[in-house]
Amino acid sequence: MAAIWVYAEVKDGQVGPPALELLTKARDLGDTVEAVALGSGASGAAGPLGEHGAARVFAGDDEVFDGHLAQPRVHALHELVKEHQPNMILFATTYESRDLAGRLQARTGSTLMSNANDVLGPDRAQTQIFGGTKVVDVQLEGPDPKLVLVRPKSFAAEPSGGQAEVVPVQAQIGDDLKTAKVVERHEEAAAGPQLGDAPVVIAGGRGLQDPKNFELLKELGGAIGKAAVGATRAVVDAGWVPYNMQIGQTGITVKPDVYIAIGISGATQHLVGMKESKRIIAINKDPDAPIFKVADLGVVGDALKIIPQLTEELRSSG
Amino acid sequence: MNVVAMAKYIPNPTGTPEIGDDFLLVREGVEGGLDPGDEPAVEAALELTEQSGGEVTVVSMGPASAMDAVRKALSLGCHKGVLVTDDALRGADAWVTATVLSTAIQLQEFDLVLAAVESTDGSTGTVPQTIAEILGVPALSFARKIELKDGGVRIERQTETGYEVVESGLPALMTVTAGATTPRYPTLKGIMQAKQKPVEQMSVADLGLSPDDVRPTQKVVGIEDAPVRKAGEVIEDDGSAAARIAEFLKEAKVV
Ligand SMILES: Cc1cc2nc3c(=O)[nH]c(=O)nc-3n(C[C@H](O)[C@H](O)[C@H](O)COP(=O)(O)OP(=O)(O)OC[C@H]3O[C@@H](n4cnc5c(N)ncnc54)[C@H](O)[C@@H]3O)c2cc1C
Ligand SMILES: Nc1ncnc2c1ncn2[C@@H]1O[C@H](COP(=O)(O)O)[C@@H](O)[C@H]1O
Repeated sequence: MAAIWVYAEVKDGQVGPPALELLTKARDLGDTVEAVALGSGASGAAGPLGEHGAARVFAGDDEVFDGHLAQPRVHALHELVKEHQPNMILFATTYESRDLAGRLQARTGSTLMSNANDVLGPDRAQTQIFGGTKVVDVQLEGPDPKLVLVRPKSFAAEPSGGQAEVVPVQAQIGDDLKTAKVVERHEEAAAGPQLGDAPVVIAGGRGLQDPKNFELLKELGGAIGKAAVGATRAVVDAGWVPYNMQIGQTGITVKPDVYIAIGISGATQHLVGMKESKRIIAINKDPDAPIFKVADLGVVGDALKIIPQLTEELRSSG
Repeated sequence: MNVVAMAKYIPNPTGTPEIGDDFLLVREGVEGGLDPGDEPAVEAALELTEQSGGEVTVVSMGPASAMDAVRKALSLGCHKGVLVTDDALRGADAWVTATVLSTAIQLQEFDLVLAAVESTDGSTGTVPQTIAEILGVPALSFARKIELKDGGVRIERQTETGYEVVESGLPALMTVTAGATTPRYPTLKGIMQAKQKPVEQMSVADLGLSPDDVRPTQKVVGIEDAPVRKAGEVIEDDGSAAARIAEFLKEAKVV
């Protein structure tokens, strides 16, 4: 009976994994599953969205959506909500979607829950607080649609083999919604495997002692092959590495096969972003560092000595 | 230009928060203060008004003790404050918070509203955007660099993979990231002056809101401990650790 919508972010005509994860979950929650995609190339994204369960994709290809922050998209989304009245809209916890969901709430007066990592029904969701040490069930009340922002990687994306009907979105966007203009776009992501999907993540913290020691992690990554390098907020705030390398509560969530934490204390805000990794290795010179509580293999020692040895070891046996 | 700086009082900014039997954060008997996450936004507000003239009004919603957070912001140089405090707001969710704060902000003169990207205790991260929509202004979110330009603002907006440059006219709301500014420390003189600065304390009724307007839209119905991951083997490096790690990586089939 419930109609569940997923807001799908599109970038350069591509839809990212979070929307596909959410659609997979939405199939369990409602009998009507539909997606909304707003931005250039949105209708081209209908393929993967349909394959993951969206019966219809409301697609707006207008460049006005990419060229301005949130307001044009919120207007279009709200028009669709008024017309079709979904019971729930799932968003990924990302910058774009936080902006959208926050503004949409002001228009619908409905509840908005952030940082969910499970959705239990059309009016119930679950979140983890205090660095993932407590699980909290939340009842969502008030008018529909219930708005929920879900942390990426909370669900595995599985195709259902469907096909979506594309419904073009025609929204009139007034000039009053075009105040905040995006005038330039810059990518800072490193080449090679991306943090979000690399099978091995090597993360460095303040224990590396000097920004130039991040080179040691890159060299280790090169020796392993399919590895991406991440960091703690402490070193991002210190300006050692760019923000897009930050793992944790206010950064990205990763779930690689192997996570190697190097010179990282293991603060709860960092742990929420990596504790679901399949295996965790930690190197820290303090035997009482909290990171050892979640590590499958913990090494008490000087990372600056061990990492070059490990790189050497892998190169010579590789 | 006149700026509103949002300042949230949080219990125990550095320690571990606690939850009471009613599933709400324990706010009594804990040493609270201004959310450190708000300091970069307060700093930005001060720098912008120092450049262009005008005043900074601190706006906060919280328990009576939230006056400490307001005074802290005033001690840094903000000019006046508004504190909305009311028993009816205990357990306020994102919707109620945005309703109350936007109503309080509408009573101020502002060209720019500044907030943090997310609060340290709640990390909801959507309240400022909701307020912006209620105010009918754009939300220049996740600003990591801020400049005044041609009577408007130009920011670098953090994205997942890099950044965007965004330009906007005023009035607007902006959320400020941790690295955007370097917060100053209060001086003794500032702390003394803060005590004399005007702070208006308001209730829900003073804002013209009814109890229905501040009814939470979500309810915690259960809290459990999350499953804990078990610690594994811990070894002391005696020169052989690198070899052990290499073996582990081979067992995991990633090399
Ligand atoms: C609202 C909020 C959100 C946050 N979000 C995040 C987030 O998203 N991600 C995040 O990571 N953090 C986040 N934090 C910060 C978090 O609380 C910690 O401060 C941070 O994770 C610590 O980083 P670190 O482990 O690099 O530094 P530290 O805690 O300083 O740890 C450094 C470690 O290195 C070890 N060490 C030193 N020298 C060596 C050596 N030679 N060899 C081996 N080990 C060595 C030390 O023993 C120590 O354990 C957040 C905090 C707040 C308040
Ligand atoms: N009760 C409050 N009083 C003042 N400012 C607040 C309050 N709640 C939220 N804010 C502001 O909005 C930001 C984001 O809050 P949140 O969405 O709750 O994570 C905070 O960091 C503050 O700048």
